[in-house]
Amino acid sequence: MRRVAVIGIGDTEFGELWDSSFREIGIQAGLIAVADANISADKIDALFVGNMSAGRFIEQEHIGALIADYSGLARDHIPATRVEAAGASGGLALRQGFQAVASGLHDIVVVGGAEKMTDVSDTESSMIQSSAADQEWETVLGATFPALHALIARRHMHQFGTTREQLADVAVKNHKNGSLNPKAQFQREITRETVLSSPVVSSPLRVFDCAPSSDGAAAVVLCPLDQAKKYTDMPIEIAGSGQASDTLSLHDRKDICTMEATRVAAKRAFDMAGISHKDIDVAEVHDNFTISEILAIEDLGFFNKGEGGKATEAGLTALEGQVAVNTSGGLKARGDPIGATGLAQAVEIVTQLRGTAGKRQVKDATIGLAHNVGGTGATVVVHVLRRV
Amino acid sequence: MATAPRFWRENPSRYNLVGVECHNCGRHFFPPRSICPVCHRKSVGKMEKVKLKGEGKIFSLTEVQESPEEISMQKPYVLAMVELVEGARVSGQVIDCDACDLEIGTPVRVTLRKLSEEGPSGIIHYGYKFVPLKEKAP
Ligand SMILES: [Zn+2]
Repeated sequence: MRRVAVIGIGDTEFGELWDSSFREIGIQAGLIAVADANISADKIDALFVGNMSAGRFIEQEHIGALIADYSGLARDHIPATRVEAAGASGGLALRQGFQAVASGLHDIVVVGGAEKMTDVSDTESSMIQSSAADQEWETVLGATFPALHALIARRHMHQFGTTREQLADVAVKNHKNGSLNPKAQFQREITRETVLSSPVVSSPLRVFDCAPSSDGAAAVVLCPLDQAKKYTDMPIEIAGSGQASDTLSLHDRKDICTMEATRVAAKRAFDMAGISHKDIDVAEVHDNFTISEILAIEDLGFFNKGEGGKATEAGLTALEGQVAVNTSGGLKARGDPIGATGLAQAVEIVTQLRGTAGKRQVKDATIGLAHNVGGTGATVVVHVLRRV
Repeated sequence: MATAPRFWRENPSRYNLVGVECHNCGRHFFPPRSICPVCHRKSVGKMEKVKLKGEGKIFSLTEVQESPEEISMQKPYVLAMVELVEGARVSGQVIDCDACDLEIGTPVRVTLRKLSEEGPSGIIHYGYKFVPLKEKAP
């Protein structure tokens, strides 16, 4: 297997981008990444695109060919593949690109992720998001996507004494980080009170516990590590890639307070990279709900099971903490254009490892991690990135 | 919107809580599945449909304030994850109760109710919900 490097990154602003179409934001991120990698279009061997549900959000399927076409690559006839695993679509597309380069099949691969969520009503958008859960045995019976995460939150509070305030602290921290990210959807700091006085969506979760609907795209350019210096002075290696699956329905899990697929995917990524969780300086984790970040920082091994809430409250996941978590603002504040999220995480980690994150830079960040979840944990993809 | 057969074909399980028992290991699953995730190939042909008792305890719960239009006429409603006495867990609404009286561990039993009404055609879907088991007065 060849070692693989990220040589270019690009992302759009995240938010309600009324003026931009899906294809516009999709190619915008790709163009920035290709310019960053300093490559010409004829060098691109293949394209992978993470996208959850363009068919329902904009009634357009066949996303791989669409993005290749509008990127001006139709006459080059490159393989263009759309990848779907609900919320983990972007991370999984990155893994497909990684595999293509690692295997020797392709040299230069562009991996993008995009979602256009605001062309449908809020109700329609939440129904589409719920389709990541089991439509027949969860959604039909009244289990919305927030409700499923509320079940996890309630159980976590019951089992470990996690408090409502600790959940709020996740949102407060991520909004603070978002305020330092010029591309974040929300760049305004909030307080515990903001979260605790926002309307209840599904108890105990409130509006400010939930990531927003967003439009946006992000992309990276990959190549073999031994060719990376041709394109950039600062290649970032994808040192480990792990993927795991679990039951589609939350109720079929042995323990709903542990995302087993996170533990397994992380172990696979750590083993490939030859590191442990202790080596991670900066992590982007899948905080589609505040409770999700608490599970993630436990299941990735940063904190013991049940202590994620306390660790957050104590500031251990802040920019200056033991491990900086969601420096971009996370899904919560940077925004969550579903298929783009896994790539946006990679873009943030590469930015941190390059040392170009500006006001939100983590000092001496050397090894970073991206954790991307589909559904309530039925697919998890973890990548370990490293400065070389 | 889905066509009616998509809903009908699941009626035995939605109306009568029909699950399966793996005759290799004795575990129960709901809804029916043809392969036991513990026994794998050894379970093929040994997964027998069984009607579950419909009794269990609340494993976790939430009061849903915001929900899709189809079921929004009922909101707010309580959604619970129920651990059935056979060991399988299911998700479903808890009704005929005050949300405040429910907690993790509250015993419930299944009941057949209207789940949702579909658009202007007015097709009404039925399925299982749960009601709290009342403690007998002393
Ligand atoms: Zn079995």
